[in-house]
Amino acid sequence: MTGPLLAVEHLSVEFPTDDGVLHAVDDLSFEVGEHEVLGVVGESGSGKTVTALAILGLLPPRAQIRGSVRFRGAELLERPERDLERLRGDDLAIVFQDALAAFNPVLTVGDQVDEAIAVHHPEIRGPSRRDRVLALLDLVGIPDPASRADQYPHQYSGGMRQRAMLAMALANDPALLIADEPTTALDVTLQAQVFDVLERIRERTGTAVLLITHDLGVIAGLADRVVVLYAGRRVETAPVDTLFAASRHPYTLGLLASLPRLDHRARGTPLFRIEGQPPSLVHRPTGCAFHPRCPFRAVPEPCATLVPPELEVGAAHSSACHRVDALADVTPASLRAAAG
Amino acid sequence: MLSYVGRRALYSIPVILVASFLTFAFVRATFDPTAKLRQSREPAAAIRAERQRLGLNEPLVEQYGSWLAKFVRGDWGTSERTHEAVSAQIGRALWNTTQLIVWGVLAAALVAIGVGVYSALRQYSALDYTFTGLSFLGLALPAFWFGLLAIEFLAVGPKQWFHLAQPPLFFVGLHSGNGGALDYARHLVLPVLTLMVQIVAGWSRFQRSSMLDVMSSDYIRTARAKGVPRRRVVWRHGLRNALIPLITVMALDIGALFGGLIITEKIFSIPGMGKLFFDSLLAGDATTLTAWLVVTAAFIVVCNLLADLAYGWLDPRIRVA
Amino acid sequence: MSSRHPTVVPEPEPLGPSELLPGLAVDDPYRPPGQRFWRRLRRHRPAVVSAVVLVVLAAACFAAPVLAPYGPDQQNLALGAVGPSLHHWFGTDELGRDELTRLLYAGQISLEIGLAVALLSTLVGTIVGAAAGYVGRATDQALMRVTDLFLVLPGIAVLALALEKFGHDRLTIILVLAALFWMYVARVVRAQVLAVKEQEYIEAARASGASGPWIVWRHVLPNCVGPIVVNATLAVAAAIIAESALSFLGFGVQLPATSWGRMLADAEGYVGTSQAYLLYFPGLAILLTVLAVNFLGDGLRDAFDPRSR
Repeated sequence: MTGPLLAVEHLSVEFPTDDGVLHAVDDLSFEVGEHEVLGVVGESGSGKTVTALAILGLLPPRAQIRGSVRFRGAELLERPERDLERLRGDDLAIVFQDALAAFNPVLTVGDQVDEAIAVHHPEIRGPSRRDRVLALLDLVGIPDPASRADQYPHQYSGGMRQRAMLAMALANDPALLIADEPTTALDVTLQAQVFDVLERIRERTGTAVLLITHDLGVIAGLADRVVVLYAGRRVETAPVDTLFAASRHPYTLGLLASLPRLDHRARGTPLFRIEGQPPSLVHRPTGCAFHPRCPFRAVPEPCATLVPPELEVGAAHSSACHRVDALADVTPASLRAAAG
Repeated sequence: MLSYVGRRALYSIPVILVASFLTFAFVRATFDPTAKLRQSREPAAAIRAERQRLGLNEPLVEQYGSWLAKFVRGDWGTSERTHEAVSAQIGRALWNTTQLIVWGVLAAALVAIGVGVYSALRQYSALDYTFTGLSFLGLALPAFWFGLLAIEFLAVGPKQWFHLAQPPLFFVGLHSGNGGALDYARHLVLPVLTLMVQIVAGWSRFQRSSMLDVMSSDYIRTARAKGVPRRRVVWRHGLRNALIPLITVMALDIGALFGGLIITEKIFSIPGMGKLFFDSLLAGDATTLTAWLVVTAAFIVVCNLLADLAYGWLDPRIRVA
Repeated sequence: MSSRHPTVVPEPEPLGPSELLPGLAVDDPYRPPGQRFWRRLRRHRPAVVSAVVLVVLAAACFAAPVLAPYGPDQQNLALGAVGPSLHHWFGTDELGRDELTRLLYAGQISLEIGLAVALLSTLVGTIVGAAAGYVGRATDQALMRVTDLFLVLPGIAVLALALEKFGHDRLTIILVLAALFWMYVARVVRAQVLAVKEQEYIEAARASGASGPWIVWRHVLPNCVGPIVVNATLAVAAAIIAESALSFLGFGVQLPATSWGRMLADAEGYVGTSQAYLLYFPGLAILLTVLAVNFLGDGLRDAFDPRSR
């Protein structure tokens, strides 16, 4: 099979609201190859989760979806529900952010993991399924799987729950795992645990991962390539090392500059933050969505009037910014220096 | 969880005791057990003797004490109205009322769950709007009016229009002497319907909103994301969770049914607890009234406890702490 | 950036309620109803229609001395009971009294009792409930224990018993009904107050030196207005039904006074006869009123908090 595992092209998702149309995702395109980890970075409200749900066909009916989502070459949008059901949880799986809410509180964890298998492989009998469930729980590092499987979600700790969700998603060896903010609801130590599990899974099974997060540390550690989203649009894409070392978009640079530094040189310097607020997705700024907050903006032309096209700035590296040439020498450090 | 329910049960005992004291005092203050004697102009000495016999000259607390002592032993006194043992009266009445309640709750639950689930799954459909409209109507409908209309249009009416020997549905009592199951059913329909109307409206609205809540929850999304077929998602994940609050509400509402029972049993002349209350209040039968109120309070308390138990048992978050 | 060093992008100011609607600042805690409330209420068509219906109904009933075609006790024994006709739109009873007229006058009583009970019980219930919720401890315990007692006894039975003891005139009925209803209101208000109490802006107000009653009046209650108003509205409906039920059973309004429930009691004997029409109109009046009140309450609930759907 040639071509990428997942190809999203010109995806747009809109919601009608009382105040107007909400543009959650705007003309988004990206690809995920086999065994590849693609990181999708952005703040809350940048359209990350909506994208994930659109891929799986789990958006509410009032969502207006345009564009194309192809998995293994086959178009997913507009597919009949029955076909999508066969794909979900089998070849294409997702883990959500809030594991406590994502588990059914009245069924045991074991039952729910078991269900993931039973629904797609009814030919596997009970006892073998049970073995597989225990093996999965063990894979994600849950101690004493045999008794844990018979417990309820609320009896698990936060980190364990998140890992149990991973186990459930991996039950049928998916080709692509979508991880929507897998570490966000956890504190740092638990984040590290989940991170370890993800790494281990990657080594063991080679599953491709669409890693959605606003945690740049997780991106740095796991992702091969990164896509940066802002206000539902793609603003930059690059291999992970290039992004951190040589980003060419004011938003990405701002994100990097905002990371708190713990080395001694940073002592006494104020924390950097990007000015302003994320924009309303109903009343978006004209032109570039980031321009009201951008220290490099050229107003009114072209930043406030034209949506910047994505321009290639390096190998597999493109950025959607009118001032991209002016950014050649800008680094997170220089941004911090300029502000402080 | 058992300790939680145990604590609640323990707490209910003083509640019932205090409630019984209040009712005892109130009924005593409202009705004079020697009123009949006064009316028939018995000599003053006889009245005094009766007062002595009934212990009416003792301080209130002592009267309550002796009443309570007899009550817990099963001696609930003698009805001033029928001169029968109150315990026997109430026992019979309770049996008849329980039948009404059981059939009513069963029918109401089935209809409410069906309507609620359908409305939630097919939100904004024509039938959903119809059901919503009907439930608004049901909640606003005075049960006694409905009962009378039901008799008019479903019993007496058809008998007149179609010149039948008997009305298709009966509206007096629960049996006609020799009747079998069909006769019983024909007696049950109208009173159960009357009892049901208000409950079904409330329960179906509740089930609809409970189902909507559940269906929009994250774990439903997870189930769908796992590829679980739609029908199974609705049954195993949706309904299963949506029923839990409903069952609690149902148990609580059963206790509250007594208001509707009084009206229903009066209209349909069913010799149950409702009619007993009605007759006793009219006649000023203090002894029966006191026992009735305490028994009913105990019944409601038990229903509340069952609601707690049910909720605790069905929801593992409470059952397994 | 080592992979062992998890780092997080600092979030900007707290965002609005859902991920799909960013950019909304945290709601100003003290937000009196305001423009959007009326807009939302106006859009709820059943509520608007209901409000109009209620106003018309109330106006008709209380304007009865002027509006009604006949006197309230005007009998026409020669006529007796006849069905709806041109001279008597809703028919007459066995004494020849015009049903429509009687319905309007009876409506005065039913509506008056419904409104009075709702207002009184809401007033008392709010004060007690807010005090219990905010002050807590002894007051709260007292409230809960007392209401527990009464919630364990069947409402209609207690009401009927109380009315037998205290009398059946209008004022007594209002007081007795309110004496039971306030407990439900108090419990609802208490729950609301407890929820609001935990909010941070209350702590902030306390920290800046505001006193208890001031906080309750200016910060707690305005945020409870929604549920209180909605409950009060529904209480009107409940009170009307309660009074009708009691009057129907014979424990409420007594002859010669009349209310819709009382009229139904009088009409009960006519089931199956040609005077069955006497049943329809009082019942319809109750149904219409309660329905309208419920719709209005629903509209108010939506207008106060559209998210609570």
